[in-house]
Amino acid sequence: MNSNYNFAFLDEGSKREIRRSILKAVAIPGYQVPFGSRELPIGRGWGTGGIQLTLSLIGQDDILKVIDQGSDESVNAVNIKKFVGLCTDVLTTTKTNEATLIQTRHRIPEVKLNNNQILVLQVPLPEPLRRVEPREEITKKMHAETDYAPIWLQLYESIIKYKKVTISSEYPCMVEGRYIMNPSPIPKFDNEKLNKSECLYLFGAGREKKIYAIPPYTEVVSLAFDDVPFEKESFKGKKCCLCGSKNTYLDEMFDNITGAVFYQCSDTSYCKEVLECI
Amino acid sequence: MAYVAVSGGKEAIEESIKLLDFYRSGTKNDIDLIAIENRMSLLVDRVMSEAGLYSKTYASLALKQCEGSIEEAVFLLRAYRSTLTRNYYTSVVNTDNMRITRRISAAFKDILGGQILGATYDYTHRLINFDIENEDSKELFDEVRRNLESQQIEEISPCPRVSNELKAEGLIDSFKIDNQRPYDVTENMLEFPSRRSARLQTLSRADTGFISGLAYSSLRGFGQVHPTVGELRSGYIELEVPYLFDSSESIYIGEILITEVECFSEADDGDKLKLAVGYGAVFGRNENKAIAMAVLDRELENTGPNPTQNEEFVLMHGDSLEMNGFISHLKLPHYVTFQSKLDIVRKTRGGYNE
Repeated sequence: MNSNYNFAFLDEGSKREIRRSILKAVAIPGYQVPFGSRELPIGRGWGTGGIQLTLSLIGQDDILKVIDQGSDESVNAVNIKKFVGLCTDVLTTTKTNEATLIQTRHRIPEVKLNNNQILVLQVPLPEPLRRVEPREEITKKMHAETDYAPIWLQLYESIIKYKKVTISSEYPCMVEGRYIMNPSPIPKFDNEKLNKSECLYLFGAGREKKIYAIPPYTEVVSLAFDDVPFEKESFKGKKCCLCGSKNTYLDEMFDNITGAVFYQCSDTSYCKEVLECI
Repeated sequence: MAYVAVSGGKEAIEESIKLLDFYRSGTKNDIDLIAIENRMSLLVDRVMSEAGLYSKTYASLALKQCEGSIEEAVFLLRAYRSTLTRNYYTSVVNTDNMRITRRISAAFKDILGGQILGATYDYTHRLINFDIENEDSKELFDEVRRNLESQQIEEISPCPRVSNELKAEGLIDSFKIDNQRPYDVTENMLEFPSRRSARLQTLSRADTGFISGLAYSSLRGFGQVHPTVGELRSGYIELEVPYLFDSSESIYIGEILITEVECFSEADDGDKLKLAVGYGAVFGRNENKAIAMAVLDRELENTGPNPTQNEEFVLMHGDSLEMNGFISHLKLPHYVTFQSKLDIVRKTRGGYNE
């Protein structure tokens, strides 16, 4: 820990202010709470929303896990862990069930999280309606009035044209029947993990200055029509080349000599645990 | 098979950071902070302005640390700023009292208080001066000082604004002084429609290139404003904070160099015309940025189809940290989302993965 900086980098006043915004977000699930996003030594767009949540929440007794693309060793995860290590001396782990605080980019871990855990997700573009309306002033009103017709229309048009909803990741969800929410760029595969979960999900968008939350046991439903149900990514017939899992999100890779395609668990910590049990 | 995509991240980052020293160390000649501060002062001014932190020393240090990259230097200063507790807010400064180093008007030949050309590159021929390559910096320093000492000192008294006279004539609207606490965009999310204080603060901290390009688009025809620079002034303003034990007193804490611009353009006034003012003020000597800011301040009052008339477009996309952060994040791994993209593209083409 570098003693030139306050514990967890930000001054205490800023951390308290962020925690107040988190409380508001928890009280109104799916609602985007604006906050005075602080500048960090890490680039805006590189997870500064998530890091501000982590910094404002982290205490001496926490055990931190940071993942990116499901991996603990990915460059961005390593970099964020290094920064938190610079301004705190909390323990870190790669084991999902050991962590009290998990910061992630683009994935939700494969193992079920419990209610002693907080998952902090980094969010590039928090506004789920942005794909149909570029103006913040208007999207704010649309949320207030539950005017969600344009996004339903977009799903409908996609089905007419491609026979499928062609949104890949960042698939919008309805939270407690009130707010449409962007689950951050997690794959559709992870959307169902948000529903009635035991842990607290916090979403932080640093550049866009928004915080939102899904408290435990909240109903989160991916947008879909009765006759065209929600469909996640499928890996039928594929399995992880290391641990053999068939029920996980897989990364597609190419052998760097033969060019042959193979698959590997994107959640590296889960993959290792399965391997150890074999 | 190893963890191809994910292994070695930590070591790779450490080596990459070491390699930066290679690029920073191309010569044994050093460049000290005082030299950067004085010989690259316009660069330092630009960095301070975009960072929203007035410190020539730290701006110079930041520039030295990052091979002179403007966005990196702005980044360093902004991040440092986040760690500082705010103890005081300065009292409102009346820039009429500026200690002027340069003041021009493109609207009137003669103005009350006079035009003061000051230092400008405007009338230089942009020819590379090959003598500078072998310049003796000590000699230059001494010569300039000798030259200054031989001059007769002439007092410059505070100048009234050019716009005052037009206000007196009723051509420009007059408003009551509004000293309510400004909306601080560094502590609050910018909301729309924005307050003017939020707009001006955002423009003043914006990336110079971004707002210059936007203002240029407005001048060229994608907008309504082709203003006249009523007044451009650079100089020092004194900052004071209220005295804790007696709020009628204040304490002088120092002075900063700013550039301030008022632009005039025609505007509707019922069945008549009037002149409307656009305002720009930036840290340091950065005149084009201050003018661009004044153009945009004015243009944002107009409604129309052009980008410069759209508040969200102008104010949300010019922050150096935000734009460069988001663009550079594209270099991060996107394996998961790209896999998802592949999945849906293949599915619409049939046959795969169903």
